[in-house]
Amino acid sequence: MHDSPKFKIPLGPQHPALKEPASFSVALKGEKILGVEIRLGYNHRGIEKACEDRTYTQDIYLIERVCGICSHSHSTCFIQAVEELAGLAVPKRALYMRTLIGELERIHSHLLWLGVAGHEIGFDTLLMYTWRDREVVMDLLAELTGNRVNYGINTIGGVRRDITPAQIKKTLKAMDILEERTKYYIEVASQETTLIERLSGIGVVLPEDALRLDAVGPTARASGIARDVRRDDPYAAYGDISFDVITDNHNDVYGRTLVRVKELLESYKIVRQVVEKMEAGPITVKAPRKIPAGEAISRYEAPRGEDAHYVKSNGTEKPERVKVRAPTLANVQVVKHMLKDRYLADMSIVIAAIDPCFSCTDRSIEINNLDNKKTKVITWETLHTQGIAWHRKHGIDFTSLNKRLKARIK
Amino acid sequence: MNATEKIKDTLAKRFSALADAIQMPRERRLALTVPFADFPAVFDYAVKELKFSHLITITGLDEPEVFGLIYHLAHDNGVVLNLRTSVDKKNPTVKTVTSYFPGAEIYERELVDLFGVKVEGLQAGNRYPLTDEWPVGEYPLRKDWKADKQEKHHA
Repeated sequence: MHDSPKFKIPLGPQHPALKEPASFSVALKGEKILGVEIRLGYNHRGIEKACEDRTYTQDIYLIERVCGICSHSHSTCFIQAVEELAGLAVPKRALYMRTLIGELERIHSHLLWLGVAGHEIGFDTLLMYTWRDREVVMDLLAELTGNRVNYGINTIGGVRRDITPAQIKKTLKAMDILEERTKYYIEVASQETTLIERLSGIGVVLPEDALRLDAVGPTARASGIARDVRRDDPYAAYGDISFDVITDNHNDVYGRTLVRVKELLESYKIVRQVVEKMEAGPITVKAPRKIPAGEAISRYEAPRGEDAHYVKSNGTEKPERVKVRAPTLANVQVVKHMLKDRYLADMSIVIAAIDPCFSCTDRSIEINNLDNKKTKVITWETLHTQGIAWHRKHGIDFTSLNKRLKARIK
Repeated sequence: MNATEKIKDTLAKRFSALADAIQMPRERRLALTVPFADFPAVFDYAVKELKFSHLITITGLDEPEVFGLIYHLAHDNGVVLNLRTSVDKKNPTVKTVTSYFPGAEIYERELVDLFGVKVEGLQAGNRYPLTDEWPVGEYPLRKDWKADKQEKHHA
């Protein structure tokens, strides 16, 4: 590029895809991204503060609404800390139920992601297929918990619903259907050249950078980092269950796709083991209303990565402090790294690949002259006119062609 | 001896004055409260020598006479070390840990916005998580801050 100006393009904060509004201020030179500033917090609802004013039981339902997809992840993560403080021995069957719902949630989330990823790269057939198949697991979750999302299955000391033999049968049948479909998606992901070409080599994070920047979840695992709370710091029933931690060495968006698709197969494996090994017994123990003073930190492998909750109790029925760290927050620095020196056109799929997302391009461009810090906003029309002028200057001129075209139309 | 106990022992040997303060509430959990002056050395040792390679997050606490800060560090073997220190409320200032963990930036910004703790060495950037119009000197996670006060202010 000659003396092309550096552009600063605001992307967001409003965007129709996925959850979490976020604003990205992208500094560009030509099509190349020089740097990204991320502004988060648009959805800050003060949940941590609100938890301090409510009882532990009320907090379960509040915490469950931290995320619309990982709702069970958050409520389980929170409740584990509370149960540790209360010194409760949660019945095994309840732990198995939590594991079951947790894996069904992961299946729903990963299938949803695969569809969104397809959509971001213009492969909408994949979106239609995966979201159709996702209905299988959504129906199952509704059957088991009463809800498609925000399951409300957890209670301090156990779970609120048991599973019947008929439901186990349905669950296993659903796993068979989904496994077959997932095998097809693995075939698509390993053979479909447009998908491979579009996703390979973008959003690269080398293993040393993934470690340095503290990546979590599939984002870390696709850079060869075998980090998975289910195996490293087992909770619920994961200690009794055998499964593989899927990693991949592509270090890019393609790798993240493979990790998620293969993790689906692991989830089916886990679900089958859970319903097979589940022993009859109670599903709750009585929990005290007042939780003894103390503090605990609980970790949970949510579909997007490690979720962490810290709870401090003071002997009353309300917590002294609740701290939530959702996986996306841990991956923020990683996104910045992924985008630097890459192309603007890759931005949406790269961001979507850590599994939050945005999908909006504002209709005006804010130019920040990085040298003298002055800002002006130009409209779409001006940009259009300037674009034509730039091409003319560089020898691409359609004036005579346009004249001839007009003459012919007359 | 399991991995948690091993780490506990190594830490106790290196910082003998703090040996009695190391708690092990359960398997894979360690907690240690250190005086503010000792914190950098212990943190450095935990990251570099004990290989706590992952900072889960930083929790701020209004205690309420001081601000408590817990750095939740995780080891690859699943052990979590809750390294805790506290700062004076009059001029609460801590040093950034972003040189160890670049990802800590966003957790430190939370401390700045929600508790009013100053973080020395934190690079310039967007605030998180409050809005740009948020009134100066209002720190929502402090115990004396009440949500209704804010609502009245807006009404």
